[in-house]
Amino acid sequence: MSDARVAGAPAPASIAAHGTSLVRFDAAERAAHWANATLFLVLIATALPLYFPSIEAAVGRRALVADIHTWCGVALPVPLAVSLAGPWGARLRRDLRRVNRWSAEEVRWLRSFGTHRVTRPDKFSAGQKLNAAFTAGAILVMLASGSVLRWFGPFPLSFRTGATFVHDVLATVIVVVVSAHVALAVSHPTALRSMVTGRVSTAWARRHAVAWLDEQSGEFRPGHS
Amino acid sequence: MEPTPSAGRAPGGAAAEADPVPEPDRRVPVGRRVLLAMAGLGIAGIVAGAKVQGAVGRALGSGLGGYLPGGDRFRIYTITGSFPQVAPDAYRLSVSGLVDRTLALSLADLRSMPRTSLVRDFQCVTGWRVPSVHWAGVRLADVLDAAGVHRGAAALTFDSYDGADTESLTLDQARRPDVIVAYEMLGGPITTAHGGPVRLYVAPMYGYKSLKWLSNVRVVDSAVPGFWERNGYSVDAWVGASNGRSDPPIQ
Repeated sequence: MSDARVAGAPAPASIAAHGTSLVRFDAAERAAHWANATLFLVLIATALPLYFPSIEAAVGRRALVADIHTWCGVALPVPLAVSLAGPWGARLRRDLRRVNRWSAEEVRWLRSFGTHRVTRPDKFSAGQKLNAAFTAGAILVMLASGSVLRWFGPFPLSFRTGATFVHDVLATVIVVVVSAHVALAVSHPTALRSMVTGRVSTAWARRHAVAWLDEQSGEFRPGHS
Repeated sequence: MEPTPSAGRAPGGAAAEADPVPEPDRRVPVGRRVLLAMAGLGIAGIVAGAKVQGAVGRALGSGLGGYLPGGDRFRIYTITGSFPQVAPDAYRLSVSGLVDRTLALSLADLRSMPRTSLVRDFQCVTGWRVPSVHWAGVRLADVLDAAGVHRGAAALTFDSYDGADTESLTLDQARRPDVIVAYEMLGGPITTAHGGPVRLYVAPMYGYKSLKWLSNVRVVDSAVPGFWERNGYSVDAWVGASNGRSDPPIQ
């Protein structure tokens, strides 16, 4: 997307001073995202033969597949935890606060099931914020229910039934949400590229993240995202 | 308490000071609510999911219920983390204990005995049921008759080639015509994952009774609770009348 296409008010001086692109994700955030995405894909790929006998017949080696599934599941919180833990996690911690906080307009978007248009989108769209919160919740619940399935010893046995139910239902929802996430990423290549290079153009930000752009140009400080 | 989304405003004061995002006064912590709601639902589902699943299944009936996640497909459980590999040629079923003749039956021996076929649902105590599974094998009663059970014997103990799983049946239960030593399942030889080459199939009881990788049948004078029973499941595992469950009968 080129700046030449941007119409309207001239860019504020502070933006101009920082050129035509902005940092959307730093290296720690991108590493966390792609490590997390890899674990999700491996978990989904190994879940298929564990769940569908017809696929298992083609794949075989069930014990190995189950082990891979279990240990990738155990590793699921690691990318986020490591990225958050150290001094390298400052931007991710700020972004998580941003993902948590919804404007009145975004709340209206949610309550209208996505039909109300957000006129002043934030650094992340309301859908991206919802996806992030869902993903965090899914990690927690899948880890808990999967642990009860795998290490049922300390729990009442009825928990095995409950954990089976929860794990199955949420797995189905996760496959739907991850598919939608990938489809939206592919159909929004600039946003997808920002998760690879870390940067977006100011023109993109003006169109898709204007609240963030204004906030930066209004009170830009080095290191502040 | 946090404000409801309809309030549209977060509290000021300490919360606002801790938050570097501009305009905190008009922001609502939706992300945290989604996370907490999912965690709450997840825990509730693990604790009470057995009841929820039963209620949903009954509400939808067996037709629609089959389309629910976790419906009519086998889930494979092992208690040792791997599958014992037993070559069909090397397989032996040992029958011992209070018997006239200790037996070591090969797969060929079992196949030469009268064959029994069954088509029955497979119901797991964790909620899933696979309808109309085809089974074939030898009635356990025929195996017991071949060994000659002593008067005074009352029960059987079963061991698995996995070295960990055990099961039990009373002699009366074991002599039912729908209790078989199975060597075929789903229309072919039993796969290793399903407990092959030979497993027990106890049609009227929950799946944990149908011990996989059957290695020993020992005739004893009283039933010794097996692995799952020592972990809390019912010894007499009738489908719909044990383990606090109300599943419909096996068909």
